[in-house]
Amino acid sequence: MTPDPTPLTVTDEPHTEPVVSPSLASAATHTATTEPVQREARTITLEKLNAWYGDQHSIKDLSLTFAPNQATALIGPSGSGKSTVVRCINRMHEEIPGARASGAVKLDDFDVYDPKVDVVAVRRAIGMVFQKPNPFPTMSIFDNVASGLRLTARKVDPGHVESALRDAGLWEEVKDRLRKPGIGLSGGQQQRLCIARALAVEPDVLLMDEPASALDPISTLKIEELVQELKSRVTIVIVTHNMQQAARVADQTAFMLDGQLVEIGPTSRIFTNPTDSRTEEYVTGKFG
Amino acid sequence: MASAPETLQVPRGRSSLERTRGSGLLDRILKWGLTALSIGVILLIAYFFEVLIADSRPVFAQTGFFSFVFNSEWVPSQALYGALPLLVGTLITSAIALVIGVPIAVATALYITELASPRVRAPLTILVELLAAVPSVVYGLWGFFFLIPKLKPAEQWFSDTFAFLPFVGGTVSGPNYFIAGLILAIMIIPIVSAISREVMTTVPRENKEAALALGATRWEMIRMAVLPYSKGGITGGAMLGLGRAIGETIAVTIVIGNAPEIGKTIFSQGYSLAAVIANEFGEAASDKVHRAALIAAGLVLFLLTLAINALARYFVNRASRGQRAASKPAAGMAG
Repeated sequence: MTPDPTPLTVTDEPHTEPVVSPSLASAATHTATTEPVQREARTITLEKLNAWYGDQHSIKDLSLTFAPNQATALIGPSGSGKSTVVRCINRMHEEIPGARASGAVKLDDFDVYDPKVDVVAVRRAIGMVFQKPNPFPTMSIFDNVASGLRLTARKVDPGHVESALRDAGLWEEVKDRLRKPGIGLSGGQQQRLCIARALAVEPDVLLMDEPASALDPISTLKIEELVQELKSRVTIVIVTHNMQQAARVADQTAFMLDGQLVEIGPTSRIFTNPTDSRTEEYVTGKFG
Repeated sequence: MASAPETLQVPRGRSSLERTRGSGLLDRILKWGLTALSIGVILLIAYFFEVLIADSRPVFAQTGFFSFVFNSEWVPSQALYGALPLLVGTLITSAIALVIGVPIAVATALYITELASPRVRAPLTILVELLAAVPSVVYGLWGFFFLIPKLKPAEQWFSDTFAFLPFVGGTVSGPNYFIAGLILAIMIIPIVSAISREVMTTVPRENKEAALALGATRWEMIRMAVLPYSKGGITGGAMLGLGRAIGETIAVTIVIGNAPEIGKTIFSQGYSLAAVIANEFGEAASDKVHRAALIAAGLVLFLLTLAINALARYFVNRASRGQRAASKPAAGMAG
């Protein structure tokens, strides 16, 4: 990527519209739109987190705090360990053969890596949205949303499914075809269906691993609006390759490089006045 | 650009883009050769079918097709040829094989694909497949000399305890439908397991991770993501196993008892279509109608396996259609 004269016009993804610095800064200092219902979410604290894939040490002594009811963006070049961090928080990392992690990941004061912890319970408390929309292909829209609920309850309240779909901004589009297969929806709708599925079990935390990278700009925008709305109820960690996206949705931004934290701070400061020169080089598009 | 005309010329002055005389020949030979071979295969099947029908005509002339299939007296010495006991024997033993074999095969496949550590995965796969390498006559011998005496007390106990169930009760005979079904179950496990394993490995990782991230236990993940996705493939695999069980001859002949009657319980002696052919083809050489009866039994067997294979193909196709639909999300469309 060639250095750009205007320092903050960073196009990491092909379809993003160029944003100039003032709007970038103002986008980062957004105000929460509506949603008066506030819910105390949890603080996530990583303490000396290390993660490996076989012999490859991909997260090195990472300590970091994700503030409650805020959206934190993880940015960094490919291979910097952003997704691994997210997968360590709900202990999905260990599902990959040969992968392991050490250190502590605390939800408030509760360490999810404590040996006494039930992994399944941890994952129920932490919702996750993946890069590629992954509704269950054999299930209807309704059943997709209800799938998490059915793990704990014998009977699923349709009202519960409806409110999850409303929270994901999908209800109006699918209310007449709840029994149709979830994979019949468009890519963006599928991703919101996955968000509804994650929200239905009322998690305290929502992890989003590049949730919009496979979507078109309009769908991306809808996902970003959702992130804004959902902050009132959950703590959000969003991995993104798209720096405009980070600027638009995140209160805090953390920049990672080679499995280490370079710096974390309020999004507006990271993008306008980073303390580390490597952060500046990255957000201005000098590498990555 | 200047060198372009030169590179298009061959020394004799013809364009290199021009077709040479020999260039298409090999392709044409290949095309016609392969076409001839595949037509040959189809002709062979048609001829085979035709011969079966023609050669079984004497027995159909004597009894009629429906009486042949639905009469239950098979007494070659009195020229009575009713194949119903044989058909029933084939169907019962195959059904028992499916009921016992498919759950074990699917469980094995699930264990290998979802639970086993990568280190034991390959050896386990080979071991299961090794079951298919045992010659069927060896299974038959083992069944006759080992399984029958060892299992008889257990069968008798089961028969006495659960006598209220249909097709259970009474005295257990040594060789019987159940033993034959059990041997067949062991014989179909490798193929059903291999096909189930194949489909299970095609379950997308994203689907499994979606279930796990929702807080599903391993079993719940299997139930939510793996089994629904591979249902069609497993059904197809079971059908292929059924095809194998229906046609299996020598092992069944050894342990089924070879009594041409419809057994009252699953622990009764019986007979099967394949077994009767294997046992009687020698003595039938001199008797034209007997010979025709055996060929007719073969025809029924052939039609049965044909139907089963068609059914299997239908299920497997449906399963792969479902997978194609699943792997084609409408990404890129505005939502």
